[in-house]
This record gives sequence, C-alpha cells and structure tokens, in this order.
Amino acid sequence: MMGGRTGEEIWTIAESTEHGINPISLEVIWRGLQLREKLSNARLITVVLGAGVGDDGLAMVASAGVDEVVCVEHEKLGHFLPENHAAVLVDLIERRRPAIVLAAATTYGRTLLPYAAAKLYAGLTADCTALDIDQETCNLLQIRPAIGGNILATIETPVARPQMATVRPHSSPTPDPVDRPHAVVNREVADERLLTSLVRFTGSENLPGDEVSLANADRIVAGGRGLKKPENFRLVGDLAELLGAAVGASREAVDRGWISYPHQVGLSGKTVAPELYVAVGISGTIQHLAGMQTAHSIVAINNDPDAQIFEVADLAIQGDLFTVVPLLCERLANRRGAGNE
Amino acid sequence: MKILVAVKQVPETSKVTLDEKTGTMIREGVTSIVNPLDLYAVEKALEVKETAGGEITVLSMGPPGAERAIRECLAMGCDTGVLISDRKYRGSDTWSTSYVISQAISKLGQFDLLLFGERATDGDTGQVGPGVASFLGLPVLTYVADLAIVGARVQARRLVETGYENYTAPMPVVATVVKEIAVPRLPTLRGKQSSRKAKITMWDNDRIGADGSRLGLDGSPTRVVRIIRPKVAREGTRVIVKNEQTALGAVDQIMEFLEKRGVVETE
Repeated sequence: MMGGRTGEEIWTIAESTEHGINPISLEVIWRGLQLREKLSNARLITVVLGAGVGDDGLAMVASAGVDEVVCVEHEKLGHFLPENHAAVLVDLIERRRPAIVLAAATTYGRTLLPYAAAKLYAGLTADCTALDIDQETCNLLQIRPAIGGNILATIETPVARPQMATVRPHSSPTPDPVDRPHAVVNREVADERLLTSLVRFTGSENLPGDEVSLANADRIVAGGRGLKKPENFRLVGDLAELLGAAVGASREAVDRGWISYPHQVGLSGKTVAPELYVAVGISGTIQHLAGMQTAHSIVAINNDPDAQIFEVADLAIQGDLFTVVPLLCERLANRRGAGNE
Repeated sequence: MKILVAVKQVPETSKVTLDEKTGTMIREGVTSIVNPLDLYAVEKALEVKETAGGEITVLSMGPPGAERAIRECLAMGCDTGVLISDRKYRGSDTWSTSYVISQAISKLGQFDLLLFGERATDGDTGQVGPGVASFLGLPVLTYVADLAIVGARVQARRLVETGYENYTAPMPVVATVVKEIAVPRLPTLRGKQSSRKAKITMWDNDRIGADGSRLGLDGSPTRVVRIIRPKVAREGTRVIVKNEQTALGAVDQIMEFLEKRGVVETE
C-alpha cells in the first residue's frame, strides 16, 4: 500500500486542562510538522477534546502551523473519563480515517490512546523519542527506548490504520509560531450517545505551588542515598531552587522516606528527559539511569569513583557532596544577587 | 468481591538479549521475576480482600515457565492462578496481548475489581491495562495511587503530572496502580509451601478461543523492524575534589558548564 496519498491526515491530540492547552501538546505538533514535510500532500490536524475550551488555546494551536483544529466539546468531556474521551476519538477516527495519530506520553495520552487503539485494531507504540517516515512504504517509523533504555527499537505498523504513537515529553522542541496561521478551526459538540461513562470526577489536589512537577520540568536536581540523612535532602531543594529546577530522587531516597514517591526518577518512578539533570549522591543503578539518561545535560556529584552515574554524566564531580553543593549554592546565590543589582 | 490481578513475568536484569530477526526478547537462560510494578497491584488486591473479603485470581500470559510468577503471588496470599500460554501468542504486541487477556478474563467469569501494574519493566508501555479495559468495555482508572471500596463503588486517587485527581467508579472497574499505593509483603513460609502444591489452571488458545488471525507476531498490528543498542555518547569530564581548594575549582567547572549549556547567564 502506498502512503502519501492526497489528503492523508496526520493528527495530534492536544490536552485541554483547566489552565488551557497543555504546552506539551505543542511538542507533539512539532513532531507532526516534521512528518508533514516528509509526506507529500499530507494535512496536519490537531484534535482537542474537552469542555469550555478557550479561543486563545485553539489560537495557540493554530499558530503552531497546523492545517486544521478540531475541537469537540461536551460537559462530560470536561474531566478525563477515558471511556468518554476514547469514544469520541474513535468516532472521529472512524469518520475521517487519519493515517497517523500522535499524543504526548503523559498520563492522559498513555491512557487515552491504548483505550482507543484496542477498539480500532490500530498499531500503537508507547513513549517514542523519535518518529520518521519510511521512504519506500511511507509508513510511520516509531522509535523508542526499551528494556530500561538499553535498546532503541524501531517499530512499524505495516497494514493496520491508523498508526498511533505517544511521544515522550521533552524529547522535541515546540514549533515557532507562524506569522499567518491558516488553520481552519472547527468546533463541534460531542454526540451525547457516546458519553456513557459512569465514572465521576470528585476533585483534585495540585502539588504545592513551590513544587515544580517532575514531568514538566526543564531542569531537575535529584538526590540519592549519598545524602545520608533526611534533613540533608534540603541541600537538593536549595540547589533546585537556585536553578529553578524540580526536585527528583532515587528509589533509595524515596524508600527511606526522605521524599515522596511523585519525586522518584527511574524504572519504578518517572522517566524524564529534561534539559539539565543534576544527580547529587546518586550511584546510578541501571533502573535509575533508565529513567534519566536521555537528559540533555547531566552533572553528577558523588564521592564514589566507580559510581555508575558517572558513565552517563557530561560533568562528573568526584568528591564530597557536602563540600561541593553548599559552595555551588553560594556561588549561584551570589550570581543571582549580583544580577539583581 | 471477586478480584483479578494480572501479572507479567519479566527478566530480572535489564541486560537481556534480543532476537535480531524478530526483535523480540530471548527469555531463555535469563532469571525471571514477577514484574516489580505488578507486586503493588498484588498487594493492593490482598489489602482489599482483607477489608472487603473476597477471592483473588492471579492471571498471567507467557511461556509455561511463567507459572513460577503465579506461584509467587499465591505465596503472598492470592487464591487461584491462571496461566494463559500458547505458542500462537509468541511475539504478540500490546494490542494482541490485551485482546487475548480480555478474552481469557471473559471466559473466567465476572470480576468486580481488575488490577494491573502501571507498566512492565521490560516492555515499558503501560498499554495492556487500558487495552484490556477497553476490550472488556469497562471503565479504567490509571496511575492510581490510592484506592478504597465504598459500597458498590471504587474511590481512586490518580497520580497525574500536576498532582492528584479523585474519581469514583462503579464496579466492575479496571485500575492500573503506581508504587505509592502499597508496600508489597513478603511471602510467608507457609504461603510458599502451599503455593508449591497449588494447582494452576493452564489455558491455551483452544480453551480461550481468541481469533487466530489476531495473535502473535503475524496477528499484531505493530512490528519491530530494527533494534539498535544506543551508545550513550557523552564525552564526560571528570573533576576530582580532594579538599576545599579543589572543591572551589569544581564549582568553577560546574558554573562554566551551566553557562555553556545556557542554564545560567554568563557573567
């Protein structure tokens, strides 16, 4: 089967939140733009499901350079009830038959897409770090790390359609806004008959304001067993604050109760790919490395010359963290103070 | 309360080998364990049983040797074990796996609560839990960090990027759980002894009756076309700190690095 036929559609799913469109959704649009370049005549369409989605959010999506924005709304889509969101998405897909459907590998995308893919007999690849188009078949090439990041697998969906993938947050940039967005914005109301979920949303608790969420952080400072005592973990917090970073932790630190589970990086915690990862007193088990080794820049501070974290570090500081970190904080604080004068 | 927990047997180390032709894992000769993230689901099932009563079925899909993973869960206190295993299932992707598991669950009967780990540490997709829920036409709650049975409904707290979200759902419901939900217990000696003698139900595809054209490598929508071992190409610089003086030097180097990478502004 030849791809690249006239009017073939590439879709990206944008997440509508109470604070507007999740910026991560723009990264997925960037992926879509790259693919559109490689598929002649393809159109890029962004789909938003929600309730009361603001015009400014849709305008932001349009200005990313897509050809069409489809926004399906209903009060029963206001919270993430997977059955409702998937039913609407499946219905849209069956009506328009896109070739490709992409979403961010967030708690939303990683729930919605498998639920929808099951109903469609669609191929779905999780947490891709790269996407490409096969020159000959025009199939989507989905590239993802597996087995703790020890291998990179390229996966294809030869026949089934659509070809679906979730994309790892922070693995791509966001598109520069275009001068004259040309996207057609289509708003529609969801067919009530599709919205049958009996699940009820009963409330949410946001992380404390001063805590930057790991998943959305560009910078992370993480601490491990080398900190020795719970009270020493504040060194990590101090450094994170000075760098405008989120606080991460190794499994050892979480299991010892020095910090809560949402901060855990690694195979049994979160997989992160920030611009900067500073590992403080983390030895770097295979499980931890699997969760952070795709970070753009890695600094590791550890007194064990054989610490495995050094294998993936751009800058390996072999020495006592209790000497280095306070000095570093002092320097950063001075710098910040000087900058404010 | 009828509870089902799905578990996967995974290789113990992350250093496994792959079949270059099919891109699937070679499991022979590698120590296997219960997927560590599934143990949180097992523990939660046991806690629910302790408070609400009921019976726990452990289900796994895999080669015949995956029976060991099931016995481990029985040793922790689960009641019955079912292994679905057939050569036809080899190379199944997450779509086919979810399909087969959902077919087997339908054959097993009605469950009120179906628990999955967040994802397996080998495949790392997290797609099978939501996939099974979809095939069964059940609601799914993913990334669940807390769960309680209140009357005929389940109250769940989902751990999401911005914090927590609370939901209630009628049963039957599928939940995929994160580590925060429970601390897995160790099997007791008595549990280990009785699990060794326990009879595990073995089902192949003749018994399950899943559509033959939707199984294994050939019936899966996706295909692995290439595998590479990425080299983490980092030209790391090492700085050794011995005393206060060398520590100051190290701080200089860190600052220079952060400036070069655009993290802090140059002075």
